[in-house]
Amino acid sequence: MNQLAQLGRGALGKLAAFGRSGIILGHVLVAKPQPRTMLPLLLQQIYFVGVLSLIIIVVSGLFIGMVLGLQGYTILVDYGSEQAVGQMVALSLVRELAPVVTALLFAGRAGSALTAEIGLMKATEQLSSLEMIGVDPLRRIIAPRFWAGFYCLPVLAAIFSVVGVYGGALVGVDWLGIYEGSFWANMQHSVDFFDDVLNGLFKAVVFGFVVTWIAVFQGYDCIPTSEGISQATTRTVVLSSLAVLALDFVLTALMFGDF
Amino acid sequence: MRITEISVGAFLLAGIIALLVLALNVSGLNLSNAEGTYTVYARFENIGGLTARSKVTMSGVQIGRVSNIELDEKMLMARVEMQIFNSVDYLTTDSSAMILTAGLLGEKYIGVSVGAEDDVLKDGDYIRDTQSALVLEDLVGKFLLNKASE
Amino acid sequence: MKPFEDVIIDIQGLSFARSGRPIFRDVNIQIPRGKITAIMGPSGTGKTTLLKLIGGQLKPAKGSIVMDGQNIPRLGRRELFEIRERMGMLFQSGALFTDMSVYENVAFPLRVHTDLPEQMIRDIVLMKLNAVGLRGAKDLMPSELSGGMARRVALARAIALDPDLVMYDEPFTGQDPIAMGVLVNLIRRLNEALGHTSIIVSHDIQETLGIADYIYLIADGEVVAQGTPQELKEVDSAKVKQFMQGLPDGPVPFHFPAAEYVDELMQEARS
Repeated sequence: MNQLAQLGRGALGKLAAFGRSGIILGHVLVAKPQPRTMLPLLLQQIYFVGVLSLIIIVVSGLFIGMVLGLQGYTILVDYGSEQAVGQMVALSLVRELAPVVTALLFAGRAGSALTAEIGLMKATEQLSSLEMIGVDPLRRIIAPRFWAGFYCLPVLAAIFSVVGVYGGALVGVDWLGIYEGSFWANMQHSVDFFDDVLNGLFKAVVFGFVVTWIAVFQGYDCIPTSEGISQATTRTVVLSSLAVLALDFVLTALMFGDF
Repeated sequence: MRITEISVGAFLLAGIIALLVLALNVSGLNLSNAEGTYTVYARFENIGGLTARSKVTMSGVQIGRVSNIELDEKMLMARVEMQIFNSVDYLTTDSSAMILTAGLLGEKYIGVSVGAEDDVLKDGDYIRDTQSALVLEDLVGKFLLNKASE
Repeated sequence: MKPFEDVIIDIQGLSFARSGRPIFRDVNIQIPRGKITAIMGPSGTGKTTLLKLIGGQLKPAKGSIVMDGQNIPRLGRRELFEIRERMGMLFQSGALFTDMSVYENVAFPLRVHTDLPEQMIRDIVLMKLNAVGLRGAKDLMPSELSGGMARRVALARAIALDPDLVMYDEPFTGQDPIAMGVLVNLIRRLNEALGHTSIIVSHDIQETLGIADYIYLIADGEVVAQGTPQELKEVDSAKVKQFMQGLPDGPVPFHFPAAEYVDELMQEARS
């Protein structure tokens, strides 16, 4: 009986947290935009969230593209279809790997930083202090961070795709000697701009929304102690990774499956 | 602050460039039809996996793209519509078109070879001399039939 | 209860509970305008909570907190942010914005709430920093300040908009004697010079007695004693006396009459 009560209490707690996160999201989404104060803050956050994530995205994109090129080649060469490597690299990057891996890296790099930063602001009473000065921290602190993450993830995913494709070309064409013309032509033939590229970027948009939502909520809602912040940071990474992977399946089924 | 603004600007620009590369280089989207094309048709017995946006090549070099495939109801054959680049203005009226496969399992594309006539194909003309796709099942079937009749 | 001539904040019948544990039970407190009022009591009696209730960051379960005719718990979000412009709060940790310099921290409330030209903001900021003796530190970042300095910068920020009410949350905790003396002096001087009302929450008896005009002693969710420092010193209860004098071994170390009384009643009821 006790365990049952505990289960119920846990579930209610989760539900309440979900409700609180919804309230925060609502405040952020309906907040009247104030371009004059918002724009510099947004720029600052895009710098922290996007520009500073660029290196990890470029490096991972390059290596993932190169690995895809290498693996694709070793398998496809047995069937004499090594010119399909370009198609394979591009399709897997654009449809799946770019949005998903970017979102996972983003959750680890930027999401955790967002949570820790906001949590620390809460612990050092900076959020309370803002409230007492008469500034809504949801607008001043949460909203710019949320929108920055939302804008940055598709950009990062697009960059990831391009770097990955060229990484695949580097291995496939320059090192393994696939005929360059058919590598690109095959790719261009099979990748559709609307069905593949835009759908992939749409995934990135959804992931950006979810990951930054989780990150800012965990920061805003954390227990304002050092232990609480570290727990919240971990939760951000775990929850957003799971959310990204689960959502990816749903989105893929909706976009590419025949349901 | 200044550095922040510049790097954010560069970041967003990189995103836009990446999208353009994805559009033009990776998905081969032809935004403006920079090079004009003219339309040529060909009828095939069996297109065997040829799709719209497949390549049209001559000696392996791309000279155009398949833009549409439909069933010609009168002749009960596949009618393939191709967009050939304007710069390729030397396809003679007796050119032949053949559906080829890149590699054993690769993509299907159309190979065009030029004949000996003086007249060239114009917009809306048909390539008469066509050879259908090599369909593996047909091949195996023919082979077995030959064996049986021996 | 001694009536004041001019009350800026009138708290009536305030009750508040956190996760089932009552923090305040039916508390009445009046804050006189233009004076320094101290809220005292041992740690964990919800003194900081009281400030957050006045600031509208928490909502009470029952009761009213009226500031100049406006009942704070009933205000909407917008009105709440408006009334907060008339309050300044000095947080225990200072709560400076870590990504801004000292100058920008003090300028922040001005930038948010006024459309003053930059030149005027600069004059005001330097004036406020001068008042707390830290004009020379204007270009430092908060991480480069000592605890006492950070608190003084936070004080400069709290008074940047010339509020009617300044709330100090444990201003003396963790300060060395010199910094403590500086702060005590500063709070007194600013209160006289700027004519605002001050509320100090503290458990540092000597410092608080030195500057407060009126004191409320809170324990176990109730006001157990109130009066001027002189009156409180003369309260003829051994337990209040013990707290006021900070004696380590009194009748019941750091326990207040009410708590014990309740305990006794409970025991009687059970037996």
